[in-house]
Amino acid sequence: MIAIIDYGVGNLFSLASSFRAVGADICVTGNESDIKKCERIVLPGVGAFADAAAKLRQSGLDGVIKREVSSGKPLLGICLGMQLLFEKSYEYGCHEGLSLVPGEVRPIDSMITPGLKVPHIGWNALSFPKDRQKSRLFKYINEGDHVYFVHSYAGTGCEKSLTATAEYGAPLTAAVENGCVFGTQFHPEKSGRVGLDILRGFIEA
Amino acid sequence: MITKRIIPCLDVKDGRVVKGVNFEGLGDVSSPIELARCYSESGADELVFYDITASVEKRTLFTDILRAVASEIFIPLTVGGGINTLDDFDRVLKCGADKVSVNSGALKNPSLIREAAEKYGNQCVVLSVDVKRVDGIFTVFAKGGRENTGLDALKWIKDGIASGAGEIVLNSIDTDGVKRGFDIDMLRAVCDFAEVPVIASGGAGCAEDFTALFREIPAVDAGLAASIFHFGEVKIPELKRKLAADGINVRI
Repeated sequence: MIAIIDYGVGNLFSLASSFRAVGADICVTGNESDIKKCERIVLPGVGAFADAAAKLRQSGLDGVIKREVSSGKPLLGICLGMQLLFEKSYEYGCHEGLSLVPGEVRPIDSMITPGLKVPHIGWNALSFPKDRQKSRLFKYINEGDHVYFVHSYAGTGCEKSLTATAEYGAPLTAAVENGCVFGTQFHPEKSGRVGLDILRGFIEA
Repeated sequence: MITKRIIPCLDVKDGRVVKGVNFEGLGDVSSPIELARCYSESGADELVFYDITASVEKRTLFTDILRAVASEIFIPLTVGGGINTLDDFDRVLKCGADKVSVNSGALKNPSLIREAAEKYGNQCVVLSVDVKRVDGIFTVFAKGGRENTGLDALKWIKDGIASGAGEIVLNSIDTDGVKRGFDIDMLRAVCDFAEVPVIASGGAGCAEDFTALFREIPAVDAGLAASIFHFGEVKIPELKRKLAADGINVRI
């Protein structure tokens, strides 16, 4: 069973459907005992970092997630859910994240060639770092496969955890992995067959 | 880099796809769900659903279909048609839409764009505009192209982006249905200032028209079409292979 964390941020319909499509049992929940019973956790999120981080803290789910991860339970953060894994974000101020992945989140217009449209929205190809083994998340996909992105901020200073980048005037952080913690900046649930194969990778990770 | 997107558009009325559909191997050619699955498998980068159902009672049928499509097709879905209020946004987003397209609703109430962008984020709000030349001026038309609003299209689009529209669908009434290519001049005029993605609509008749579109206006993000895909005149896998061969960056 996979817990998809419901903390009042975003629409979980497609995410739940996509996990079902790859044969996973899912539980959409904000309840600590439900999360404890599940073997894996997914942290979704759309919207603003500060608002989402505040909601996690107010509900106490930040502590629940950290405790479960410290016991070795696999966690997948998606889009804003991945950004929340970092130490801090500079989206409208400076806000603390969950610190499960070293690094911080900064606006992409400070990283990319001027003139490119922001948000980075659409299908982009994944590149894997040459100097390390392919992430378990990508077991069923290949370098160069396209996934769907929608974001204006991206993780930086996370070289040691970086498992994929996407070229957009600079290699943007597309995926990270730190122990049992995984994050994808893109939306696997909107990335067609490739996206479903990434979710299968997570189920087996 | 980001690929150019190919987007089939499905007009849905009372739960069925309107306009003739000629898809090989498709059982029920007017089922939006089957057609969506077919497009998704053939490499469409996104799907647009326009609900042209007139009666409010039958609207529920559309949201049921949307839910069915969203539960098995995992590419971005945009929904338009009859979007006049934030409740309309809410209704389709809860059924699995990723983006919501406004057209007449924004003309009636321009603050809808800002309100929706503030609530759901700019990336969620698509401004769809039907434009026709009147005395040489790009002019916005309402009610599916039947009513001249007198609004300057370039100003309307500029204001829409400033209010929070995250994407523009530019439908040229002048080239729509003519099948002799997209309206390059009109698209260029919009791409010159638009800092958000622009989707070209109206005029595609063959695969070459898409190559011409992306070659002549590198700033255009996507090409949208309906009948040429439905009738099988242009098949998406072949179109994408051709675009790739022509040096256009597409997702194969």
